[in-house]
Amino acid sequence: MEWTSYLPPLLQGAWVTVQLTVYSTILGAVLAFAFGIGKLSNNWLIKGVSIGYIEIFRGTSLLVQLFWLYFALPIAGQAIGIDLRLPPVVAGVLALGLNIGAYGAEVVRGAIQAVPKDQYEAGRALNFTPRQAMWRIALPQAVPEMMPTFGNLAVQNLKDTALVSLISLGDLAFRAENIRNFTQDSTTVYTLVLFMYFGMALVLTAFMKIAERSVGRWKTAGR
Amino acid sequence: MLFGIHWDTSSDLAFAASILPILLRGMVITIEATVLGFFIALVLGLVLAVLKAAPTRIVSWPALVVTEFVRDTPLLVQLFFLYYVLPEYGIVLPAFLTGALALGVQYSAYTSEVYRAGLEAVNRGQHEAARALNLTTTRTFTHIVLPQAVPRVIPALGNYLVSIMKDVPVLSVVTVLEMLNVAKIIGDRTFNYMIPLSMVGGLYLILTILASAGVRYLDLKLPKIGIPLK
Amino acid sequence: MSEPIIKFDKVVKRFGSVTVLNELDFSVSPGEKVTIIGPSGSGKSTVLRILMTLESINDGVVWVDGEPLWHEERGGKLQAASEKHMHRMREKLGMVFQQFNLFPHMTVRRNLTEAPIRVLKLSKKEARERADRLLEMVGLQDQADKYPHQLSGGQQQRVGIARACAMRPRIMLFDEPTSALDPELVGEVLNVIRNLAEEHDLTMLLVTHEMQFARQISDRVCFFDRGRICEEGPPSELFSEPKEARTKEFLRAVVDPDSAKGEKQASAEG
Ligand SMILES: Nc1ncnc2c1ncn2[C@@H]1O[C@H](COP(=O)(O)OP(=O)(O)OP(=O)(O)O)[C@@H](O)[C@H]1O
Ligand SMILES: [Mg+2]
Repeated sequence: MEWTSYLPPLLQGAWVTVQLTVYSTILGAVLAFAFGIGKLSNNWLIKGVSIGYIEIFRGTSLLVQLFWLYFALPIAGQAIGIDLRLPPVVAGVLALGLNIGAYGAEVVRGAIQAVPKDQYEAGRALNFTPRQAMWRIALPQAVPEMMPTFGNLAVQNLKDTALVSLISLGDLAFRAENIRNFTQDSTTVYTLVLFMYFGMALVLTAFMKIAERSVGRWKTAGR
Repeated sequence: MLFGIHWDTSSDLAFAASILPILLRGMVITIEATVLGFFIALVLGLVLAVLKAAPTRIVSWPALVVTEFVRDTPLLVQLFFLYYVLPEYGIVLPAFLTGALALGVQYSAYTSEVYRAGLEAVNRGQHEAARALNLTTTRTFTHIVLPQAVPRVIPALGNYLVSIMKDVPVLSVVTVLEMLNVAKIIGDRTFNYMIPLSMVGGLYLILTILASAGVRYLDLKLPKIGIPLK
Repeated sequence: MSEPIIKFDKVVKRFGSVTVLNELDFSVSPGEKVTIIGPSGSGKSTVLRILMTLESINDGVVWVDGEPLWHEERGGKLQAASEKHMHRMREKLGMVFQQFNLFPHMTVRRNLTEAPIRVLKLSKKEARERADRLLEMVGLQDQADKYPHQLSGGQQQRVGIARACAMRPRIMLFDEPTSALDPELVGEVLNVIRNLAEEHDLTMLLVTHEMQFARQISDRVCFFDRGRICEEGPPSELFSEPKEARTKEFLRAVVDPDSAKGEKQASAEG
């Protein structure tokens, strides 16, 4: 069979991969900020929950988390009488987002802690509330510091989406496996798929670089 | 029954207790795959690092592209590639070895960057001093640069050991009976996924906490300035 | 004489086992310009930082405008103040930092408008007008759209002063405002502070090593040593005929009026 005939199904799969990456990266970013800031809270409950989330999701394997959400959670739901059967897309986005969010949370926490104490003091002297100081002073300075690592995490997340094929979601890796099953033409299929992932990673990296530059504009103003 | 061990479904507690030995069998495979994969990553990464540092672009540039390519593509697809494509060229490896190889290849991209940073951190002056002493290039590298670079890179490499361990479950797709695969099989057969999968999560937490503590211990214990020259 | 606007009543401040302020008594009248001088580590910054609520106290009471700063009266007793109380008290105070502490991610104008908009709830237009007036006062009207890192140290500190003024405090605290500057930039900042000092109702508390400048603008100079006021008085008296041996020693070391060389050195160090 001509290798070009593999392209339409593979492109369909790639589109699923792109969507999964986008949704789970957004979810991950939200969780990263929520729990990264939460870990710095003075409230022991918020702090404890944040630390627990970060440690559990960083300390276990993504595939274990994915299987747990997809296979084990429905059983827990059954036991308490709630239907917790998740569609593969939801389980996939949830597992990917929860996992990458835990890694991101540590990045967020580190970047916020790296904002000089002087800046908080200036904020206090101008009578900002602690919340305003966080949102108006600390975070805008911390975000550009997070961006390079966020770029790496986004690519990591793109690669990790391949795992959702194991709960039979029709992403790029899943389509590849199907075509291989059907044609036994493994060299062509997998070479093609590796290059497609590589291409998507390059685009994602370029996109993150643009985002990095745009949030750090003030640093390079006038240069 | 798995590995000749029966499970007891009379109660949750009895079930958990009866499958623990089975999961621990899987854990042994997980640790073996981690160690072998890490070893391959260390060797391949060093090769890549040396190639990337080569003075001619004809050598360094392809090495850079390969690193980037390997780093930007999923482990799962690389694993499938090795698993299905190698036999077409007459290389038939057991699934476990293919899996460890895939881990090693994926992480060689990361370890090569660690080596590069470590080698760069060793003062350039050291090179010049060695040249002044009229040591050969190889001797300089093995006797002066490496002994100083190694202690600097070990903690960073150790972090990748922990990452590899968390990636081992991917090997279940080529039938390696590591911890998660074992739990999945138990779940498939008993229709109780909750207990085995949660136990695997707990065992993973213990493993990563221990491994991370080990890495931190090494980081504290290793000499910061490098091994003194003789 | 009127009620003091600032009053330290037996204030004790410790860092661990080190006592930095030792039962300090100190007061400032409304509109008074007071300069604090003293050797490094004598607790000068600590006094200002306590007033700005950046540092808490271990004992004693600090009064600002007739109210305790670190305490609240509840049930006839003084108790540790709530964040709300301190928020209200901070409205009276503004501070200029040694390292400027401008917000690097905001333009000069936004550095001046952010707090008035968010804290004082001024409209954008009002805040902007106020900012532009202040920038004109410090001679930086044409730098409004630049970022702090694009300005010289002297310009940054002038923005720092304008930013503090934008909150219209009654008391201004300056902690060595020219110490981080190259010597040739000190003058422009001192001129701005001098202009401010001419406003009669503004109370000023200034820590500086610029003795000449202190002599010109202050109503009173306090010499701090080991967490207490060792000697205080009008600049003409304290600088010309200090009574305490410690003061004499300090002044001889820092500023020697007979030798221009010594003075230059002081301002360079300062
Ligand atoms: N956060 C802190 N922790 C511990 N000790 C501190 C802290 N801040 C200040 N100190 C100590 O308190 C003492 C007084 O400090 P302060 O900054 O008030 O001195 P200063 O008179 O402003 O000196 P300088 O002229 O050097 O600015 C010093 O001995 C200093 O080491
Ligand atoms: Mg000071």
